[in-house]
Amino acid sequence: MKALLLAGIGALVATAPATAQTMDHSMMPGMSMPGMKMPAKKPTARSRPATKRAPAKKAATRKVPAKRPSKPAADPHAEHTMPGMDMSGANAADPHAGHDMSQMSGMNPAPATATGEHTGHDMSAMPGMDMAPGQPTQHDMSSMPGMATVPVGTDLKPGNAPAPAPSPVLAASRYYGEAAMSDANRDLRREHGGMTYYQVLFNLAEYQARKGGDGYRWDGEAWIGGDINRLTLKSEGEGTFGKPLEAAEVQALYSRALDPYWNLQAGVRYDFKPNPSRTYATVGIEGLAPYWFDVEGALFLSDKGDVLGRAEAWYDERVTQFFVLQPRVEANFAAQDVRQDGIGSGLTDLELGLRLRYEKSREFAPYIGVSWERQFGDTARFTRARGDDTGGFSFVAGVRTWF
Amino acid sequence: MSRVLDRRQLLRGATLAGGGVALSAYMPAWAQPVSAGIVKPLPTVSGDEIRLRVAHQMMMIDGRQSHAIGINGTVPAPLIRLREGQTVRLHVENGLDEQTSLHWHGLIVPFQMDGVPGVAFPGIDKRTTFTYEFPIVQAGTYWYHSHSGLQEQMGLYGPIVIDPKGVDPIQSDREHVIVLSDHSQLHPHRIFMKLKKQSGYFNRQQQTLAGLLKGEDQPLKDRLDWGKMRMDPTDVADVTGSNYTYLVNGHGPQDNWTGLFRPGERVRLRVINASAMTTFNVRIPGLKLSVVQADGLNVRPVEVDEFQIGVAETYDVIVTPSDERAYTLVGESVDRSGMARATLSPREGMAAEVPPLRKRPVATMKDMGMDMNMDMSGGGSMQGMDHSGMPGMDHGSMATAEKPAAAMDHAQMDHGAAGAGAGGMAGMDHGAMQSGATMPGMAGAPDAAGGMAMGGMAGMDMNMRDFSKAPGVKKGPGVQTISPMPMDRTGDPGQGLENVGHRVLNYRDLVAVDRNPDLRAPSREVQIHLTGNMERYMWALDGEKLSEVKAPIPFLAGERVRVTLVNDTMMGHPIHLHGHFFELVTGHGAYSPRKHTVMVQPGGKVSWDVTANEGDWAFHCHMLYHMHAGMMQVVQVRSAKGEAA
Repeated sequence: MKALLLAGIGALVATAPATAQTMDHSMMPGMSMPGMKMPAKKPTARSRPATKRAPAKKAATRKVPAKRPSKPAADPHAEHTMPGMDMSGANAADPHAGHDMSQMSGMNPAPATATGEHTGHDMSAMPGMDMAPGQPTQHDMSSMPGMATVPVGTDLKPGNAPAPAPSPVLAASRYYGEAAMSDANRDLRREHGGMTYYQVLFNLAEYQARKGGDGYRWDGEAWIGGDINRLTLKSEGEGTFGKPLEAAEVQALYSRALDPYWNLQAGVRYDFKPNPSRTYATVGIEGLAPYWFDVEGALFLSDKGDVLGRAEAWYDERVTQFFVLQPRVEANFAAQDVRQDGIGSGLTDLELGLRLRYEKSREFAPYIGVSWERQFGDTARFTRARGDDTGGFSFVAGVRTWF
Repeated sequence: MSRVLDRRQLLRGATLAGGGVALSAYMPAWAQPVSAGIVKPLPTVSGDEIRLRVAHQMMMIDGRQSHAIGINGTVPAPLIRLREGQTVRLHVENGLDEQTSLHWHGLIVPFQMDGVPGVAFPGIDKRTTFTYEFPIVQAGTYWYHSHSGLQEQMGLYGPIVIDPKGVDPIQSDREHVIVLSDHSQLHPHRIFMKLKKQSGYFNRQQQTLAGLLKGEDQPLKDRLDWGKMRMDPTDVADVTGSNYTYLVNGHGPQDNWTGLFRPGERVRLRVINASAMTTFNVRIPGLKLSVVQADGLNVRPVEVDEFQIGVAETYDVIVTPSDERAYTLVGESVDRSGMARATLSPREGMAAEVPPLRKRPVATMKDMGMDMNMDMSGGGSMQGMDHSGMPGMDHGSMATAEKPAAAMDHAQMDHGAAGAGAGGMAGMDHGAMQSGATMPGMAGAPDAAGGMAMGGMAGMDMNMRDFSKAPGVKKGPGVQTISPMPMDRTGDPGQGLENVGHRVLNYRDLVAVDRNPDLRAPSREVQIHLTGNMERYMWALDGEKLSEVKAPIPFLAGERVRVTLVNDTMMGHPIHLHGHFFELVTGHGAYSPRKHTVMVQPGGKVSWDVTANEGDWAFHCHMLYHMHAGMMQVVQVRSAKGEAA
């Protein structure tokens, strides 16, 4: 450590006098230096009031005479004795020679050439200090406020006193009245985290061009509430132009944030079409999966005791800042046949979509894409039996919008 | 009134004859001038009785009309010029149809005059007048702003300059106040609602597939790793230049606010970041900036080329332009989506080249509170043996070298039981962890090896939400991540400024001129986590929004407390404690820099010591929408008897 310090000083003086304006050993918190004891309170016979010199020197090199501690006596380091400080250990080959002392503000600029600066040093206070040649003969230790055998100020370690108990009363109540302050405090809290938010979002709202009659489709949700608890409404449906609506449902859900990404949702689903008498109890989750997949999954228990399931996932691939490609998948399941609704057990239908939207405006992003739908198993059999299509490609154009 | 103003007025008269040609060819489209430069000092009020009227108004920015809330008809609000030792009475008339308030940022005032509705006073109701009265016990550069709703975003902010009692130790021939801010045509409530619905709404610099194919930004593997964590490394600023116009003294880049100088003069720039949301990187190409004051209090001069200024911080810098030419003052937003621009020139109508925006930074694992970039192979990188870079890096059982450790007490470095051999750590730049030498024993330390993941990105699987690392944090949806290994980043220049090719200020460069008034050891330590969820746009302290907080943070009057702020998010947060200056724990002992607002870098941590002043004090992130989302608490300081004096 001794060697480190001395080599550092050596390097400073030898190589970096211009930049090393100051040297602050406080950059080495907790540094203790055996063999370089500087008892702060030990009086020295003739201590030079070095602090008064500091500004003058500072001013010589910089025009800004930074204000110095006005009372040198208040500085416990103003008077140092340095018994046993052995400067002969300085060695340029020491691995520490490269320390960038420019960080060490506090030491006065001591260009090696300006030897006249160092003549006023009081060596008597440093018994045993053996100066290597080339060392400045004066160190203005008083301007090394942080260089302490005893740490000071923020270099000190905190204790472990107990925290006081908080009081329920605002101090300002004494000036403005408790009623006024508690009203204002209630407003303050509401305005800082207690607000109500809402959003209406249609992820799909599109025209579908397909064989056997063009149609339309929507899939959206709206929510209102705070960060944790929300009321969520969902709706989706589709139809063919010129024909009655084929499918339409609405869900009313209580949504609760479970963790940073996932919401638990529970409530009811009502189908307007195809079977307007059907109501379901619903429970599901919705959230953001790793790798930025938006995922929804729900189970539906009908008033007839039938169980259905649905899973949706999509991903927004940002092609450029304004074009977003959204692959999307939706699958529906049934635990049993529901003949009345044309639903067979197992995977009932699957939709794969790929939509490219132009998001110049985040809230109103027109898109085009393709969608492929197909029914499976008994569901497909029921549909064929009715003489209807069991799926196919469609080209879609729509708008993803929210407000 | 001070001599400085007199000089300025003189110069105004003297320089009206100037008439250069704006160098429009040099400027990007958004900086094309609409004016030849606006040489207009801020309107100033001073004296013992000051009247301020808050009201709606229109303002012109880059040739475009905008709605704003101002004071006495101006945005920024008038410069309040005071003198240390005076007692000022400020009569604030609320001409709005809603409540308002003014908070004197950085001023040490009695708590009931601090101006935070619901904490310090009830607020100033519509169409009423409230009189603030307090003694001025300090000098320096400060500012004031509304603490009601989101009025600050609409223009309700202004500078305060307090001249010292005696001779100002910072001598200059001239000074300019530089108020940086961000302005939006959108109503702030709409901005906030958009962020709640889509937190990346304003980010138009996200990583794209096209960028990946061009080899820009992160390689595929990193993108997948970050995608797995559901973290967007381009989320550097919430509200960006896609929405904001960045202002200097209320003027846009095209307006080109201009400050005059005579070649050779020492010009003092009092830079205030009065933004709602914007961290600025400030530089003046061609001029060295000598930082002489931070947050209103003098620091030993540090010469830099650039500095980052968080929201609500102030820095005074001295520049000495020697040439008869114009210089561009650049305040680049931290995400490089836009800039505030002004000109320093010897004559009105001159302009200098406006540098293009630099490439926006992409967050690293260090910004997630994990330092993965431990380059152990570097040679003699001995620049700056900065041992204070070690706090927070728990070397745990790092075994010692054979060499006697020469009693270099690493206690401050949290080395725990490590008697790390000074010889063995030769030339080690602890700040950047680019070690030239060996760290004997490190590899053998199971904890260190596991925790630091030397083998590159192995630590990616590290638990990003380990609440055992933050026992005081309430577990909930609002806490997306807990920094597994938060580093003291006070030696870092700020996000995106690590490799800009010139010297950038960092907090460890700051050393107070005046000896700190309280040198006691803190009686205890309080750790407060800055938490957030970027997906849901939730922000809080210790995982609890102000709306959920049950009790304030209690301090005893006169108590000395060490507060450690741990940033568990990937964004920098400027944290402000009202009514206090606190001393940063950056290894400067009795000369620690004292601040009222401190930027906690992404995934980093900052410690400071504070001596508690009696009263109730707001304590919050100064990013307006973070505060609005709940990133605020109250620090309650009571005398031991339990009553405020």
